[in-house]
Amino acid sequence: MKITLDADKCCGAGQCVLVAPEVFDQRDEDGIVVLLDAEPPAEQHDAVREAAAICPAAVIEVH
Amino acid sequence: MTARPIAVVGASAAGLAAAEALRRSGWTGPLTLIGDEPHLPYDRPPLSKQLLHGAWEPERLLLRTEEQLAPLDLDLRLGTRATGLDTATRTLTLDGGERLACVGVIIATGVAARTLPGTEDIAGVHTLRTLDDALALRARLTGTGRRLVIVGNGVLGCEAAAVARELGHHVTLVGVEPTPMAAAVGTEVGELLAEEHRAHGVTLRTGAVDGFEADEHGVTGVRLADSGLLPADTVLLAIGSTPAVGWLAGDPALDTSDGLRCDAYCAAAPGIYAAGDVARWEHPVHGRPLRFEHRMNAAEQGMAAARNLLAELGESGERKEFAPVPYFWSDQYALKIQAYGILTGADRVEAALLDKEERRVAALYGSGGLATGVLAIGLPPRQVRTLRAVIAAPLPWEEAHPRLLAALG
Repeated sequence: MKITLDADKCCGAGQCVLVAPEVFDQRDEDGIVVLLDAEPPAEQHDAVREAAAICPAAVIEVH
Repeated sequence: MTARPIAVVGASAAGLAAAEALRRSGWTGPLTLIGDEPHLPYDRPPLSKQLLHGAWEPERLLLRTEEQLAPLDLDLRLGTRATGLDTATRTLTLDGGERLACVGVIIATGVAARTLPGTEDIAGVHTLRTLDDALALRARLTGTGRRLVIVGNGVLGCEAAAVARELGHHVTLVGVEPTPMAAAVGTEVGELLAEEHRAHGVTLRTGAVDGFEADEHGVTGVRLADSGLLPADTVLLAIGSTPAVGWLAGDPALDTSDGLRCDAYCAAAPGIYAAGDVARWEHPVHGRPLRFEHRMNAAEQGMAAARNLLAELGESGERKEFAPVPYFWSDQYALKIQAYGILTGADRVEAALLDKEERRVAALYGSGGLATGVLAIGLPPRQVRTLRAVIAAPLPWEEAHPRLLAALG
């Protein structure tokens, strides 16, 4: 799995961090998404897919 | 006989989330996605923000590209409206007259913008719900110096006012309620937003609209019931919305009195589920039926409805009650307003932090002795997540309030 972000679209909702805190974080100053692990291990894949599906700005793409 | 499909009616955020969740959860049968707009699924929150502003073009709003949709193997019916549903046989009627017998149906038809009678034929009077609506209003706001009157001072009216000011137009925001966004965030936070709008040059007015003045070029003014005439060359009606349930009214098995009534599993009838703005479901934690017109709820509920439908059909998993912590955000000028839980109808609101200079706010909302919601402006994300945890389940106000203060450090 490889994750890419279109962070310019991020609205800072932070739902990805709630769902997959080991893969996503938010910048302190504006809440914009930060990718901690672009190629996370298999045990994270379900959570990452959930985060991508739930993101209210369609920022997260999973390849 | 060919296999019956699962049909998702409504091709916006909730419908798309449902379709994707059906595939992710293992549905390999036929899957029909029906949308009444001609566009591929797109995102609505930017309509009153980046798109109206002109910062983003419509392509930027697409939730998925055609290449991303291809693996879903959808029978995608765009520009198609469902006109009826027979719940007993799970059969949809489409606007071309086609009847589509399904194994299950997920209804995600959303809401339609409310209008005022007599405005349909007046040029320059707009609503803002769809991409086409937003593009029409944006075209009207080309250049600067338009006189825009926004009728309705809720979230949508406030967001549009902020954008129109940034574009250099004269903006008057009229509400029946004196405080903008009072229903969504209460009067204390609403007053802070009022100050922000005034500081950016928006004229705030209170009053009911009595009618419109127009000449051969279109609208020229908005008449208020008891405070005169507001000159206008452009009007935005932002007076709320109506759940798109008219097409379901013929089936006595369904309660469509305010959206489509569903149980805690988002089921409206056997094999019939609903999600997003249209769904009024029994929230298991709050113990009452709730309906949210929030972007986050659309995706979460679309996924939940899809999984519960598959569980009912014996395809995968167990049905689970849908028990989200509601979330919404609004962007106005440089302010990002974020809220978790339930804020509307609160009988108690306390701004634990209200730093007007720095535009920082943390507020707690409650009713019946329970804290049910939090709102944050200008706080770092870690703190916002801590506030969310305070009200993730309703807590006695006396317990929640100190936890909120502790979270603010």
